[in-house]
Amino acid sequence: MNRTLLKKALKLFTVFFRIGAFTFGGGFAMIPYIENEIVEKNHWIESDEILDIFAVVQSVPGVIAVNSSTFVGYRVAGLLGAFAATIGVVLPSYIIIAVIALLLYNFKDYPYVAEAFYGIQAGVTALMVHVVIKLGKKGAKNLFGLGLAAASFLALTVFGAPAIMILLVSGVLGLIAMNIRRIKKNNEERS
Amino acid sequence: MRILFELFFVFAKIGLFTIGGGYAMIPLITQEITSRNWLTLEGVIDIIAISEMTPGPFAVNSATFIGVQQMGLVGGAFATMGVIVPSFVIVVMVAKYFTKFKDHPVVQAVLSGLRPAVIGLIASSTFLIGKNAFAPEITGTWLQSINWRAVVIFILGLVGIIKLKIHPALMIIISAALGILFFSIF
Repeated sequence: MNRTLLKKALKLFTVFFRIGAFTFGGGFAMIPYIENEIVEKNHWIESDEILDIFAVVQSVPGVIAVNSSTFVGYRVAGLLGAFAATIGVVLPSYIIIAVIALLLYNFKDYPYVAEAFYGIQAGVTALMVHVVIKLGKKGAKNLFGLGLAAASFLALTVFGAPAIMILLVSGVLGLIAMNIRRIKKNNEERS
Repeated sequence: MRILFELFFVFAKIGLFTIGGGYAMIPLITQEITSRNWLTLEGVIDIIAISEMTPGPFAVNSATFIGVQQMGLVGGAFATMGVIVPSFVIVVMVAKYFTKFKDHPVVQAVLSGLRPAVIGLIASSTFLIGKNAFAPEITGTWLQSINWRAVVIFILGLVGIIKLKIHPALMIIISAALGILFFSIF
């Protein structure tokens, strides 16, 4: 087996182990870590690609946090990478939950757990606001993008539309927008 | 032995029926595990609370929890693998084709619609987490319901990550410490 591939897979495992240990608040909350570790430090994937990956992962069965790790792992180091990232991201919660199930069933009633949790929620919000701004600058550059981002936000937050429906409609709109641009361009060339 | 396979397959089913994630699958999980007497309804609510307060997704956490309670660490491993294995296979196949067709003009056009939509979805989840942190319950006027301690931690967090560029994991540890400090003192 290729040595560099093995090294990459090991690195993926440790990176995703860290991500798994610190992701509070669902699948999207891991994006700040992916930005930090996978895009900025290791340059394994491009920032735009994070959005592609999360779009695809939303549309297939399974847990978003796990699926996106599998996907990133595959993009970085093939099947071995997918395996390393998936095990890495799941292992911390397996250990934590096993300890709680075996030893500390009343975990949530322990002193300071609730207080720490309130702080964590506020911290996660800061991380996510930052990442929304950062990704927004790249992924919603023009009026079409900004409008679509705002519409998706409202559709999910206010109307509770299923995420998969929102993505389906957006994908179709992307196709239509491209065709309109092409027709316009053809007309300009002709005239 | 039989129960190990049952744990695997029940959670494989739960994993396969989860699309889009989030709390949509709580009813499904609840039904599958209470009908087998693996947990009572109160137990399920406990797991939801524990999942919120620990890292990791709810589906994985409930699989681990129930598996460990039923059959110890091995049971936990079987149930957790159940959630992961089916979607692992699907995602790897999708990732393979995605890599192949990513640069095709039609795929690029679809992605040009999907990227902004995903930003909207991330913003929505940011909004919900923020709402939970700043005003978990609306009592009285808007201003009265705001938890100012959480707002202070949020602002400190933003400064930390933008100006000081601290690592997200360190940020979580600091936020937890500030949470304990603020909420026990004030």
